[in-house]
Amino acid sequence: MLAFIIRRLAQSLFVMFFVAMVAFLMFNYVGDPVHQMVGIDTSFEEREALREHLGLNDPALVQFMRFIGHAMQGEFGLSYQHKRPVADLFRERLPATLELSFVAALLALVVGVPMGVYTGLNRNGFISKLFMTFSLIGISLPTFLIGILLIFIFAVILGWLPSFGRGEVVTVGVWTTGLLTQSGLKALIMPSVTLGLFQLTLIMRLVRSEMLEVLRTDYIKFARARGLSNRAVNFGHALKNTLVPVITITGLQIGSIIAFAIITETVFQWPGMGLMFLQAIHNVDIPIMSAYLLLVAFFFVVINLIVDMLYYVVDPRLRIDLGKANGH
Amino acid sequence: MLKVENLTIRFDTRYGPLTAVDDVTFEVRPGEVFGLVGESGAGKSLTGQSIIGLLDPPGYIAGGQITLEGTRIDNLAYNHLRALRGRKIGMIFQDPLTSLNPLYTIGKQLTETILTHSSMTNAEAQKQAIALLTDVGIPGAGERINCYPHQFSGGMRQRVVIALALCVNPQLVIADEPTTALDVSIQAQILSLLKRMCREHGAAVILITHDMGVIAQVAQRVAVMYSGRLVEIGDVRQVVKHPQHPYARGLMGSIPSLHHQVDQLTQIDGTMPRLTDIPSGCAFHPRCPDCFDLCKDKRPPLKKIADSHIACWLYANEAHHAG
Ligand SMILES: Nc1ncnc2c1ncn2[C@@H]1O[C@H](COP(=O)(O)OP(=O)(O)OP(=O)(O)O)[C@@H](O)[C@H]1O
Ligand SMILES: [Mg+2]
Repeated sequence: MLAFIIRRLAQSLFVMFFVAMVAFLMFNYVGDPVHQMVGIDTSFEEREALREHLGLNDPALVQFMRFIGHAMQGEFGLSYQHKRPVADLFRERLPATLELSFVAALLALVVGVPMGVYTGLNRNGFISKLFMTFSLIGISLPTFLIGILLIFIFAVILGWLPSFGRGEVVTVGVWTTGLLTQSGLKALIMPSVTLGLFQLTLIMRLVRSEMLEVLRTDYIKFARARGLSNRAVNFGHALKNTLVPVITITGLQIGSIIAFAIITETVFQWPGMGLMFLQAIHNVDIPIMSAYLLLVAFFFVVINLIVDMLYYVVDPRLRIDLGKANGH
Repeated sequence: MLKVENLTIRFDTRYGPLTAVDDVTFEVRPGEVFGLVGESGAGKSLTGQSIIGLLDPPGYIAGGQITLEGTRIDNLAYNHLRALRGRKIGMIFQDPLTSLNPLYTIGKQLTETILTHSSMTNAEAQKQAIALLTDVGIPGAGERINCYPHQFSGGMRQRVVIALALCVNPQLVIADEPTTALDVSIQAQILSLLKRMCREHGAAVILITHDMGVIAQVAQRVAVMYSGRLVEIGDVRQVVKHPQHPYARGLMGSIPSLHHQVDQLTQIDGTMPRLTDIPSGCAFHPRCPDCFDLCKDKRPPLKKIADSHIACWLYANEAHHAG
């Protein structure tokens, strides 16, 4: 187990290192950072002084090491457009994105898994067919279109839900949350549905096909032949065997939820990192872009690590070393 | 004890209904080992599955009835059927590697089954599980009970499967090719274990196989199936030594004998017909060396001849004379 974790950690570090390199290259070589920072009337000498001050004349390797050192402390320099430390900007924006992503992922799981189980067990039922048809919509409609449709129906026509923003937020320590106010919760509904719908349908279809697969296996037939109840067979034996692929996909999807939040945040003017990232692209605000890149990569890596641990918990076949030691 | 009467199993397909098991009748007596042999596709597994109510759709019982100790079991409601499975009729499948749930320890699978059918406490069930595992020859059952299926070899897993099928003392065990997937060297061990366990637990066995050698070793009575129909049924010694039906003769001719030298193993020419084009009359007639006109037109009924029942026109007249 320990060796496994260490190996995984080493891999994660390697991935982060690689992404950091890309972020660094972007930071230093896409455009001239000095040029971005100063006005047109700055003299050549002043620019050179600034360049020297920022350490841009040092060898690339030294600069890269410095970049990594700073990144590890959450230092990404000043945003060109906001003239404020990038770290502060992210600190303000991160809670909005994480809350949105978390609620969207939760929605996808809490609704998607039971729907998948249901459609897997009642393959030809009317409701199953309804779910399957509905899932086609979720899979095929682009996110922004779903968002706009929702806004049109629930904000414009019915006027039930706000069409943009995060509502009232409450600050708890360093975190700002919209989960504690009514307007915050209301504002969260449409964005999280929009963001989670694709994942919801994906998870539902995945669970369904895995269920169908598992229900055909010999051990399920054997379990039935021993007289176990439908509930024990379907939920105890079958569902658990669908979990490994479901965990994999869900893990990957949480990563993409965070990444795809860009679009949803734009549609709903959600004050998260995604929206900030998109604005940063418009303004070639390289520090924000490279910080975002690193942060998203970091989330992916952490989630992957958690997924690997979960495998280990769910599937005893991966615990061979320990088992062998106990078994004899 | 178990009576299968005129059992017919069909599949409704786009091309109309296919009859996979056709008018099969036999009886299993308490405690006996009853062999069910035939080529691949003869309908052996379907017959076995229908007894325990586990026919996979679109297959369904289209006719006949199955009774266990006088009670019909082919049309039971789900709850009664479930109480019957494991408790009265156990089942063993072909592949021990895939018969056990990989995510649960064998102990959990055993105790779960025991607790489903009895009001024992957890500890009692655990104790019984260990005793059973010891019985089927798992060394160190006390510790091995907490192991997962992948930690056992194929032969050991089939032992666990046998323990599982017998853990609540059913009266009948349907063993569908229990040794086919195993290494030849351990097939005999598993067979004799199955036989011993069933004797000790007082369970009759329906042993499904296509290996006449296996039947000759362990069964008391045997039914030979061909193309969904019974062609011969009787005492093992009778059927093995003096098979009457031309198909049964062909089958027997294909087992090598240890005791007396056989010059040549015979082989039945041709293959079994597919369900979509079962020949008219006797299904075996295109491959039969003794076929005559009547065989092509009319299906032979199952007639009692001496101690066996045979469905073949060759013997119809004898039966007529005798009866
Ligand atoms: N779902 C199905 N649809 C149509 N035909 C089927 C279906 N399932 C089984 N059959 C047919 O039923 C026949 C009998 O199958 P069965 O599994 O009982 O054969 P078997 O005697 O057990 O053979 P084997 O030795 O290969 O296990 C076969 O011809 C098979 O093709
Ligand atoms: Mg079979």
